[in-house]
Amino acid sequence: MNLRALLGHDLAYSFRRSPVAIAAAVLTAICIGGALLAPWIAPHNPFDAASLDLNKAFAPPAWVAQGAKAYPLGTDDQGRDILSTILYGARISLAVGVTAVLFSLSLGVTVGLLAGYLGGRLDAFIMRVADVQLSFPPILIALLINGVARVALPNDRQDEIAIPVLILAIGISGWVQYARTVRGSTLVEKNKEYVQAARVIGRPPLAIMLRHVLPNVMGPVLVIGTIHIATAIITEATLSFLGVGVPPTRPSLGTLIRIGNEFLLSGEWWITVFPGIALVTLVLSVNLFGDWLRDALNPKLR
Amino acid sequence: MILEVKDLRIEFRTRHGTLVAVDGASFSIAPGEVLGVVGESGAGKSLTGTAIIGLLEPPGRIAAGEIRLEGERIDNLPYEAMRRIRGRRIGAIFQDPLTSLNPLYTVGYQLVETIRTHLDVDAPGARARALSLLREVGIPAPEARIDHYPHQFSGGMRQRVVIALALCAEPRLIIADEPTTALDVSIQAQIIQLLKRLARDHGTAVMLITHDMGVIAETADRVAVMYAGRIAEIGPVREVIRAARHPYTAGLMGSIPKIRVATDRMHAPLVQIDGAMPRLNAIPSGCAFHPRCGKSFERCTKERPEPRPVGANLAACWLYD
Amino acid sequence: MTSATATLLELEDVGRDFDVSRPWLNRVIEGAPRQLLHAVDGVSFSVRKGETLALVGESGCGKSTVARLIVGLYAPSRGRIRFDGVEISAPSASVATAGMRRRMQMIFQDPFASLNPRWRVRDIVAEPIRVLGLATEKAEISARVAGLLRQVGLAAEDGDKYPHEFSGGQRQRISIARALSGNPEFLVCDEPTSALDVSVQAQILNLMTELQARLGLTYLFISHNLAVVSHVADRIGVMYLGRLVEIADAEELFARPRHPYTRMLLDAVPDLEMSGRQRTPVAGEVPNPLSPPTGCTFHPRCPHANDRCKAEKPNLTWRGAVASACHAVEENRI
Repeated sequence: MNLRALLGHDLAYSFRRSPVAIAAAVLTAICIGGALLAPWIAPHNPFDAASLDLNKAFAPPAWVAQGAKAYPLGTDDQGRDILSTILYGARISLAVGVTAVLFSLSLGVTVGLLAGYLGGRLDAFIMRVADVQLSFPPILIALLINGVARVALPNDRQDEIAIPVLILAIGISGWVQYARTVRGSTLVEKNKEYVQAARVIGRPPLAIMLRHVLPNVMGPVLVIGTIHIATAIITEATLSFLGVGVPPTRPSLGTLIRIGNEFLLSGEWWITVFPGIALVTLVLSVNLFGDWLRDALNPKLR
Repeated sequence: MILEVKDLRIEFRTRHGTLVAVDGASFSIAPGEVLGVVGESGAGKSLTGTAIIGLLEPPGRIAAGEIRLEGERIDNLPYEAMRRIRGRRIGAIFQDPLTSLNPLYTVGYQLVETIRTHLDVDAPGARARALSLLREVGIPAPEARIDHYPHQFSGGMRQRVVIALALCAEPRLIIADEPTTALDVSIQAQIIQLLKRLARDHGTAVMLITHDMGVIAETADRVAVMYAGRIAEIGPVREVIRAARHPYTAGLMGSIPKIRVATDRMHAPLVQIDGAMPRLNAIPSGCAFHPRCGKSFERCTKERPEPRPVGANLAACWLYD
Repeated sequence: MTSATATLLELEDVGRDFDVSRPWLNRVIEGAPRQLLHAVDGVSFSVRKGETLALVGESGCGKSTVARLIVGLYAPSRGRIRFDGVEISAPSASVATAGMRRRMQMIFQDPFASLNPRWRVRDIVAEPIRVLGLATEKAEISARVAGLLRQVGLAAEDGDKYPHEFSGGQRQRISIARALSGNPEFLVCDEPTSALDVSVQAQILNLMTELQARLGLTYLFISHNLAVVSHVADRIGVMYLGRLVEIADAEELFARPRHPYTRMLLDAVPDLEMSGRQRTPVAGEVPNPLSPPTGCTFHPRCPHANDRCKAEKPNLTWRGAVASACHAVEENRI
């Protein structure tokens, strides 16, 4: 069954029949929409130094006594609007998560395709490297790469390179899953007769890998990719929470939670709780959507 | 009669509508008789067998008709009652002997388990019976082989074990679905002869489902030819093979390559039936075969023919009205 | 055919081993030795221009491996393969080898696995044209594809569809169209009809015969079914456990089979004329190819085997137009 027919019929049908999938898709759409449109829909620009007003710091949410209508979810220690920082923060979280996944996916798929199709020593080497990496928790790998990169790069440009380094770190920590899946599917596909037919015609290996094998191994990869976006967002949040992620000048949801955490015990709960809820909603909806996608595609993809 | 099937209709309810996979199939099998059910893929022959064993999976269901085993209706039995009949009174042999056996247990264990599930015997008695069954299906040195695992048997020997397993409880009916398809030609003949001998010796009725006319020719007493879920022709095997009445049967027989000796023109084209078996969602009106039939006329496109006696056969064709 | 005597393809003592050992680590830990499977061993034959040579045998006899060795999907472990006089089995793929290879194509057994499910039929059929550079103009390619589809009994509009929209027989027609699109002279057909229903099999066999006559193709036809082979083959080679045991003209082979294995295969063909002849069931099964019997590998199943057969491997020896590898035949015992 080709992808188009699959999307046209079975996926759409399965989607309509799954309330969870619809809810998850709507929530994801809201999160992504909010993040993308942040500069237009956010009530304030939290990064405009001119608008910062320390007198407005620590304003509670609007519905609590002393709350101000202008700051629906309250303000932080700098007087920034929490709702606006969340919208801008989700933008960074999503951007880092998605880019890291794309990087991870390209790396893993390339490596897995090469290992599976060419086999031999290259395959053995790549898969042993994968085994070694799998014996470390991904967050540790990300921390390690992040740390090494920061030490190696000039100090004065830390803030500038923080985000690319973070994407690199999260990306490298996640390629193994893709590589293993793609390698497995490639081993199956390369023995199918349509690949042999292409070899008999005389197509070079690279063309066969890209034109024949790749389109047929991408199904499971897309599922893993979707679920991986949620994981990547959490990894980014964890690193930022630990203070090695994105700089506080351009805070992501993780950074916001860390900043708010300092005030949690002194009663200013809203500074950390609302970014926390935003993070949970984003991750949960992406996860649920990915789960549904996996279940919907699985019976078709053996 | 051991098995009587009357007007069996099997439907699949899908979101694209109801598909009729078997439509109005009627036949019966006498004790010791082998009924061959032959047809090309999509003819509904395997589904018919599955329905008789009571293993039709949803969304498939028996929508009409009845199935009687020794006079007793079995198509509407609850699951548990049907489970007791399976194995005890109906044995099943499937195409792939490897999937019919559990790789984790010895064949002896599986035989003894099955025997004790269905018959009231003690462990030594069951083992003795297992040994005699293995001997009966022609496994050399059964005393040594009984404690071996399925993977230690070759393909042909494994299919013999599966047959022994189906025979455990002396069933009255055996459903054999493509029992020789996975085997090499030289082994096929062995298994066919075994099946035929067992049916005769035990008075068991056998429903032999296959796409291979050669297997039918050598094993079956009568043969039912299925096309698009319907029985096109049914009759004694000699009659069907040598004097096919239904144009589909005739075309099918003509399209089977036969070894020709030197005097014949060797590369003469085979008789071919143009087109392909219709898909279930596009079964033609009237006689399902009419678009591929060289002899069809107007009535064939409108009215569905019922099987009617033509010589010794029953053929569902308007040519004989 | 005027050039019936010209040899197009020649195999000389070709062998192919497969390493079926356990992984290196297991071998070291378990002390297991390396294990080689001799899938094809010492096979020699030639195919003449315009003829159909069929290779028959049961599963595991090496006939499909021979097909894959010829089209270059496997490299031979031993021996030489020559196409139109040029050696194409040399390990380093030269320009000459590539030139020869584009003159041959292959048709596969499984019509459901041999077409890329993500490609439209017109792209599948056009692939050889594009890769071999037979045409570059878009219009010319699509005209060629339409012509090819019509040639195999499909409609030109079928090119817009995906493989899953076709039945098994139609897919096999697409496979044939793809094979023909590279303008080959030689087609290797690996069980092209064994996955098909009989009425469809007849269509495909008739189509292949017709195409051969029209385009002057040469076929190597691999099959386990002697009856199918009798309809298409001019000459037939019988393989058993990786070796060629008999090769003869089709008529001769069916009329006077020499090797006991060939006789056994012929006896095992079902009797459809209902003449009352019973199939002669043959004792035993094909032995494990990893530990083949000594001497003649067929001796445990052979009614004519003697001590020499158990000890000494028979060679393929020619007598007139028939070659067989059997001591009993050589000694005139049978």
